[in-house]
Amino acid sequence: MLKMNHLSKVYRTHLIETHALRDFSIHVRDGEFVAVTGPSGSGKTTFLNIAGLLEQFSGGEYFLDGVDVRGMNDSARSRLRNEKIGFIFQGFNLIPDLNLFDNVDVPLRYRGFNAAERKRRIEDALARVGLSARTRHYPSELSGGQQQRVAIARALAGSPKILLADEPTGNLDTQMARGVMQLLEELHAEGATILMVTHDPELAARAQRNVHVIDGQVVDIHAEPRMRGLGVVAAQAAHG
Amino acid sequence: MWSLHKLRTAENETTTMFGYYLKLGLKSLRRNPVLTALMVFGIGLGIAASMTSFTVFYLMGGDPIPWKSDRLHAVQVDNWDANEAFDDKGRLPDQMTYIDAKALMTAAKADRQAAMFKVALPIQPASEMDGRDVKPYLEIGRATYADFFAMFEPPFQYGGPWNAEQDANSARVTVITQETNEKLFGGADSVGRTVRFNNVEYTVVGVLAHWQPRVKFYDVTNGPLTDAEAAYLPFTTAIDLRLDSTGNNDCWKNADPGWEGFLASECIWTQFWVQLDSREKLAAYKSFLDAYVTEQKKQGRFPRPVATLLPDVNQWLALQEVVSRDVEIQVGLAFAFLAVCLVNTVGLLLAKFMRKSGEIGLRRALGASRRQLFLQHLVEAAVVGISGGLVGLALTAAGLIGVRALYAEYQHIAELDWTMVAVALLLAVLSAMLAGLFPTWRACQVQPAAQLKTQ
Repeated sequence: MLKMNHLSKVYRTHLIETHALRDFSIHVRDGEFVAVTGPSGSGKTTFLNIAGLLEQFSGGEYFLDGVDVRGMNDSARSRLRNEKIGFIFQGFNLIPDLNLFDNVDVPLRYRGFNAAERKRRIEDALARVGLSARTRHYPSELSGGQQQRVAIARALAGSPKILLADEPTGNLDTQMARGVMQLLEELHAEGATILMVTHDPELAARAQRNVHVIDGQVVDIHAEPRMRGLGVVAAQAAHG
Repeated sequence: MWSLHKLRTAENETTTMFGYYLKLGLKSLRRNPVLTALMVFGIGLGIAASMTSFTVFYLMGGDPIPWKSDRLHAVQVDNWDANEAFDDKGRLPDQMTYIDAKALMTAAKADRQAAMFKVALPIQPASEMDGRDVKPYLEIGRATYADFFAMFEPPFQYGGPWNAEQDANSARVTVITQETNEKLFGGADSVGRTVRFNNVEYTVVGVLAHWQPRVKFYDVTNGPLTDAEAAYLPFTTAIDLRLDSTGNNDCWKNADPGWEGFLASECIWTQFWVQLDSREKLAAYKSFLDAYVTEQKKQGRFPRPVATLLPDVNQWLALQEVVSRDVEIQVGLAFAFLAVCLVNTVGLLLAKFMRKSGEIGLRRALGASRRQLFLQHLVEAAVVGISGGLVGLALTAAGLIGVRALYAEYQHIAELDWTMVAVALLLAVLSAMLAGLFPTWRACQVQPAAQLKTQ
């Protein structure tokens, strides 16, 4: 599904070069739930941005669903991003003056679906996250947890190949975070491929596999076969 | 077949996305009401200033009779002083002597021809007109020939023009305007009835429907922006009744005393127009005119070198500088003001779009290409432009009311027509899109990754 080989990312100024990622290799398979962890500044956000085709990389290879993304122009990258990737952000990133229906509609508009198809997908996605009764509400009328559910619905509506989640519970209190995490686990159970960046070990433990990043390199990979939905205790135990 | 399908799909997609961008543009107007109001009002003000001036310029300089302006020609001959040209710009006289007007009418070498001059007409209604008490009043009339109506095509409500025989016989006949007919006969069909001008009775042969050329091109010397005449009577009748011209009268040497002396003088006070229906006829008439002047020179007239001109309507308006330099400068200044308003709009749009950086980054992340975002924001700028255009139109209408109130002579040219409404809206949209280019380009440079993290 997602394959990076010896990827590097260098930020250059006229004075210094900063290696955000170096010799970075990872392979996420169909249906996997992978957590990427690491301290602040380790390069995990850079990795997620490159994975999401939001940033270019300096060297190496990156295949998304079998497509080599090197040298793609902006339009092709945008189309690929729209078709293959669903984003879930820490800050939800809903558009405040669009109601829930229109927020979920955003990626579908760029896909070029007709009105009937968009409506069907939006209603299905909002129903999937339990918000079908609130399609005409605005984000400000919802709790943080509900807003993140809308963001998940938006990510799901286009039937992406992979969900990229960046600290998806970072702005939520414990109870809401639990609800959102449970939803992600359910989606994974239904077959979704999820790549989640987090610095929260408890959340990471609920993923199927952990990838630890330090100084722009993958330093450790834990494969943790676990029972879906009961992963917290098992993963914590495994990590000691 | 496949390509056609692909093309149609692309077209549908473009139309759908345009509708979506329009919806977003309208929503965006409501997002920052103060900023939006500043932009809309700024563009509106610029549009109003430019369109108020431009409307006057356009209507003043526009073709007043487009369907035949190239076939109607003013006739100019240079009968002026041997030592001094008619004016500082070396132009030929803008009017003609009675002698020449009469000679050219008699020669009748054009398809149609009409000499004319402006007369004052004291109108004396019967003491009791159809049960209404109408007091005598003074109007401006025009003494001309029957061909005037066929050449300039004023519309008739009742009856028609007098004929050539009545021209020849100095008949006491008249064509009155709708407004005069309203005053004298309450708007009824007055053909065959009698009106009294300056103690002489005339039979009404025709009543014009409302007719007000924007620019009275057939007599720019006596005020291109004045009202149309209240009544028309035969040129020969006016001469027979010794009606003085109340228009401009220029002489370069003294006339002999008395009415006959005035008619035989080198003073210019008539206007002369011909209709020539082909290039060949125009060339032939020019030759005839040159020959006429050459012949007159032999008789001791026309001391200057032979010079004749037959400008068509638009050439005539340009030659007589109906659109003055002042009006042109005013239009230039008004458009400069629009440019200032647009620079202001560039700044405001930039502020507006930069405040949306987060949303722009998000849309990029969700699959929008730079091109799509560029179009979205260009449409948003156009929405601001349309709003500004509507405000500008309202302000333009108010501005033109002001122009009419201040300058009575601009009554007929300070009016918005549909063309100018369309021009105003188009100008507003194009201006706003132009102003939106830089902010839109900047908006598309937003790095989504940076914005999404800072949301």
